[in-house]
Amino acid sequence: MAHSDGRRNFMATTLQSVGLAALGGMLWSGYTDSVKASPLVLRPPGALSEKDFLRACIKCGLCAEACVNRETNRDTQTGEQREGTLKMAKGGDSLLIGTPYFVPLEVPCYMCEDIPCVPVCPSGALDMPSLLNEKKELDINKASMGLAVVHKESCISFWGIQCDACYRACPLLDSAITIEYQKNERTGKHAYLLPIVHDDACTGCGLCEKACVTEKPAIFVLPNAVAKGKVGDHYVKGWDAKDQERVGNAKAIHTQTERSEKSPSDYLNMEVEY
Amino acid sequence: MKNMKYLLLRRTTQSGILFLYFAANAYGWHILEGTFGTSMLFGIIPLADPYNTLQVLATGFVLGSDVLLGAVIITLFYFVVGGRAFCSWVCPINMVTDLANWLRRTLNLDKEEVNYRFLKRSARYWLMVVGLIVSALVGVAAFEVFSPITIMQRGIVFGFGMGGAVVLAIFLFDLFGVKNGWCGHLCPLGAAYSVIGSQSLVKVKHNHENCTNCMDCKVVCPENQVLHMINKSSIAVSDGECTNCGRCVDVCNDDALEFGIRSFTKQSR
Repeated sequence: MAHSDGRRNFMATTLQSVGLAALGGMLWSGYTDSVKASPLVLRPPGALSEKDFLRACIKCGLCAEACVNRETNRDTQTGEQREGTLKMAKGGDSLLIGTPYFVPLEVPCYMCEDIPCVPVCPSGALDMPSLLNEKKELDINKASMGLAVVHKESCISFWGIQCDACYRACPLLDSAITIEYQKNERTGKHAYLLPIVHDDACTGCGLCEKACVTEKPAIFVLPNAVAKGKVGDHYVKGWDAKDQERVGNAKAIHTQTERSEKSPSDYLNMEVEY
Repeated sequence: MKNMKYLLLRRTTQSGILFLYFAANAYGWHILEGTFGTSMLFGIIPLADPYNTLQVLATGFVLGSDVLLGAVIITLFYFVVGGRAFCSWVCPINMVTDLANWLRRTLNLDKEEVNYRFLKRSARYWLMVVGLIVSALVGVAAFEVFSPITIMQRGIVFGFGMGGAVVLAIFLFDLFGVKNGWCGHLCPLGAAYSVIGSQSLVKVKHNHENCTNCMDCKVVCPENQVLHMINKSSIAVSDGECTNCGRCVDVCNDDALEFGIRSFTKQSR
């Protein structure tokens, strides 16, 4: 009798413990899932896609330490160390705590040629192979941290005022940002000098955003996933042999509805109620 | 409180290690860089937190070899010096919870030992396992999302932000809530080190011939269930939950407790 009571108690306690663990696990999962959502964050060069980066980053801070302590981060006049580009997310930053990020308006990425932040990454969250060029050398120009976007209504170049601050600040001048000339119809005798960003070259370093002269920058860097659209397989550049290959991916869609049983001349002449 | 040898040694080690981490960021020293997640010792030897490594592996990400090697090195190291030696000799939260514990005793908040039905000392092992499951489900190292340990360490190295609130919460919880609440009941990292510690080499040994049954050791011990042999039998503290902090050795006036190496022959009674 006592023996079976003990067993019943044991079963009840186990069931309660498992139940409470499941409850805790659900609350924990919900909290974790919500704090990892930060779609507007800019990551260091070579970072994996945000989803994989959040899995991979072990939050050690070696990238941020390499960034702030690099040789080139000393003030040329005073010799004092400047603030680093990479920050480690703290409580209250609304980012996954302990992950590295940067805010171009505070300190942009200066695109160091030796990329000190990437080789030190022990986990693989910053993917060094993605930054190697054909000669297997580190090439910061292969970085894609984000994409600069111009808000033309607040960009004074689009008003007709001559400004090429972002164009001059760009480390990939004339390939990531070019200046397009347009006639200023309002005055009839001046030109617009319009900054145009090119996705294939822009690394998202944010030097343009930092250089922009307006109160709140008219050119700013957004993460690739936010800034870029995606055409999909339905549209193909027929004049481009390489792009034509994508036709192979497209699948025909066959639908069978009541209408498709009739011939088109029948249903097109039907009265349709919407 | 006459003898504070191990207490002072621990505080020196803790603050020394934290300072080296701080100096790596602030002055570019290459002695101990990074944080507990992964560190670089002298710029070449990787060290990694085994539980953090397990969480990342649970998300399905194949980690770089430096982290895996680092986790093996740390596991072997604590296998020698005692698993939870991390907790009492390295972890910065230990200073917070030790302060809370000391204040509890000083302010006499300590009289009743409350037995919470579902907040037992075994809760941490549940959290350790649930943490790995949540990591796998959500795709993020789940304990690292709020771990006061790394939040406090990164706070010291990179600045606290609002993260200080988590550390303060742990302090208040341990002071006014549950005695030894965080380190002794909840911390999944401590649980992971307990698992390593259950097999480790350096252990506190008890000599019951010398013991006068004053129980000073049990008062000061943050995991006093491991001291079940006091004045009963001359055996070593074999439980992995012992943090090897050495406070019991410090407070013992009878030479009844001392550090030693685990004997692999069967313990004599």
